[in-house]
Amino acid sequence: MSQDNASQAEFRSQVAAWMQDNRPADPGFLLPQTFMEVGSEQVLDFLREWQHKVWSAGYLGMAWPKEYGGQGMSRDFQRIADEEMKRLQVPICFNVIGLGWAGPLILDNGSDYEKEKYLKGILNAEDIWCQGFSEPNHGSDLGSIQTRAERDGDDYLINGSKIWTTMGNYAKYMILLARTDPQAERRYNGLSFFLAPMQVDGISTQPIQKITGEYGFTETFFTDARIPANCIMGEEGQGWRIAMQTLQYERGAEAGAAGGISILSIVMDDLLRMAAEIEREGEPLLKDPVTRDNLIKFMIEEKALQLAEKRIEIPALCRDYPNSIALSGKLRSTEFFRRMRQYALSLQGAQGSLYVGDPDTIGGGFWQRAYLNNFSTTIGGGTSQVQANIVGEHVLGLPKD
Amino acid sequence: MTTSTLNGTTNIALSFSDEQAMLLDSAKSFCSHKSDINAVRSLLKSDSGHNPDVWQEMVALGWTGIAIPEQYGGFAMGLGSMVPVIESMGRHLLGTALITSTLAAQAILRGGSEAQREKWLPKIVAGTVGSMALLDNEDWGSKLCGVSTANSSSSDSSSKIVLSGKKLLVADATVADFFIVSINHSGNPALAIVEASQLTANAISANTLIDETKRAATVDFSGVTLSPDALLPQSEQALKDIRLIGALLIAAEATGTSAATLDCIVSYLTSRIQFGRLIGSYQSLKHPTVDILLQMDSSRSLIYHAATLLDKGPEIGPLEGDTEVACRMAKAQATETLLFAGDRAVQFHGGMGFTYDCDAMLYIRRAQWAQHQYGDAQHHRLHLARLLLD
Repeated sequence: MSQDNASQAEFRSQVAAWMQDNRPADPGFLLPQTFMEVGSEQVLDFLREWQHKVWSAGYLGMAWPKEYGGQGMSRDFQRIADEEMKRLQVPICFNVIGLGWAGPLILDNGSDYEKEKYLKGILNAEDIWCQGFSEPNHGSDLGSIQTRAERDGDDYLINGSKIWTTMGNYAKYMILLARTDPQAERRYNGLSFFLAPMQVDGISTQPIQKITGEYGFTETFFTDARIPANCIMGEEGQGWRIAMQTLQYERGAEAGAAGGISILSIVMDDLLRMAAEIEREGEPLLKDPVTRDNLIKFMIEEKALQLAEKRIEIPALCRDYPNSIALSGKLRSTEFFRRMRQYALSLQGAQGSLYVGDPDTIGGGFWQRAYLNNFSTTIGGGTSQVQANIVGEHVLGLPKD
Repeated sequence: MTTSTLNGTTNIALSFSDEQAMLLDSAKSFCSHKSDINAVRSLLKSDSGHNPDVWQEMVALGWTGIAIPEQYGGFAMGLGSMVPVIESMGRHLLGTALITSTLAAQAILRGGSEAQREKWLPKIVAGTVGSMALLDNEDWGSKLCGVSTANSSSSDSSSKIVLSGKKLLVADATVADFFIVSINHSGNPALAIVEASQLTANAISANTLIDETKRAATVDFSGVTLSPDALLPQSEQALKDIRLIGALLIAAEATGTSAATLDCIVSYLTSRIQFGRLIGSYQSLKHPTVDILLQMDSSRSLIYHAATLLDKGPEIGPLEGDTEVACRMAKAQATETLLFAGDRAVQFHGGMGFTYDCDAMLYIRRAQWAQHQYGDAQHHRLHLARLLLD
């Protein structure tokens, strides 16, 4: 965290004060940790109201242009606002595909018409966005996308299906990757990118019940769904390149994301607090030698993960394997959190067998749900096993299977 | 409790100067030239475990003066700058007494009188070898450590002190010109300087070590007579600091060796064919190799974090707070990484791995040595728990 100057420091305390004054009352359900947990209208309305409130107060889209609902300020202010939101653990800004993916893309590549039409609705949460990349049979192998987009007069006809569409049943728009040219010599060249409306005939969604028992994703079906031809972004055949550009936005907040926190983070301190409150044989778990040894192992690992983010900025300390930290980041962090949350449940003793909804769960079943949901990160976006292949092959130079 | 925990774990300072980057490059290049695997193997059965010409070149390069202030003839680059040098030595299994001599210098710098510093530090810069004699038994956490083995015969502080007792696993004892010995002086822990010439005949019994690239001995200090000015006046703090600095330097060396172990594995996985395929294509070998890489990345981040904090602190002030946490985390992580890497290196070489000719044996043996120097992983986690959880 860089040092604030005077105006930044003042802004930081102003954000903190606003967040504390306006933090919503306990809604009576567990706050979603990510945008993949919007499984009911109740949760949807709660998050929509919160994001609208944050935006109205001027703490979202701060670096986006004023004419499209932003504040036209320096990115530093958004960074500070985000840091305070994270620190104070206020609810997430849930319109993540819009704020972090579609929005920056439209800002960079879109026409004035598109900016006018889409950006403000992304910020004020009136227009929810979803993403249509993955398909039922292809996981994260985007090159194999089968969903067809066929030009027909002033429209494209869409046929096929997408899976893992977060908030697919609530979304107004989808960033859609579909195949316009099945004959293209290189399969990537046959793809095109669309800003597709969801409320048209021929598009239907089927909610997917998650491992947690909750909802949050849909499978999305396209049957001769007709969308206007001007929904295409760029030109036919540029879809892959634009999709990759979008993935870059996902990775770096600097690239134009509107801001707001997208994850309610769980850190070691949350685990330590729990361990301090649980007793075994009349003593807090935090005094148990085996537990202490395990907790310290996690703390060393957490520290190393945080330090990796700093070391990547020092090329002299990354000469041996220059891509290692960048390419292994997802694998390391998602697996760390999976094991850390699994351990949290193991510390709960008999109470660990309770689940969300039982009045006797520790923290309302927060850890139970967090552990199960964490699999979305070790599976989604390329499973840990695929990630390990990528690191082995691209960092260490090991042969492919 | 949670507030102090937060403070204890949020320091992620990491910096590396251009000067340190140049040092890392030149140390890497020097070690790879002077200590290729044939050179390493040619020294396995030698008495000293190192090539004296190479040691002299290291002295000429100034490595013995890196962390010594200018007024004592050193280069005042800070202890943090020893980390890239020691890491590079570990990368090529380059022996010599640089680690233990660096620690002896730090003991005198931190615990010694001005007269002791002026007498010894310029000599160390010029290549005089000091060694640390700290261990009374197998336990780095022993409360007795530093107090039980060598007793003064008199409680009169002005008179001569006669030592009695042995120290274990004294690194590079046979080439040491002097020793820093932890002693029980009238019931108090103290550090004393003992010159090699003061030892009685046959005082040094060389150990047979699992790591044949290293040398250590049991040293019997019985009968050595010292004048009171052989004692370091600030012994207690210096002893604590030396143990932490020792842990960090061993961690740095182990991190370098983990990288060498990884190279050894990758080289075999990309050349050995079984069942018609390069064995590196099998995920059962590929994925654990990736685990080694990731753990080595963690070790590297942690040793340079500790190096950063050491250089941020006062030149010779006590190691406390975040710096202590960082040194202990680095040691716990780095030697466990090397244990895992060395173990897998042997296994992944199959039948070849079971032979003395296979270099994996060098790494697994180094791993066993390194884990026990300056406290094993569990020892450091025990102390970390006290620092971070209480």
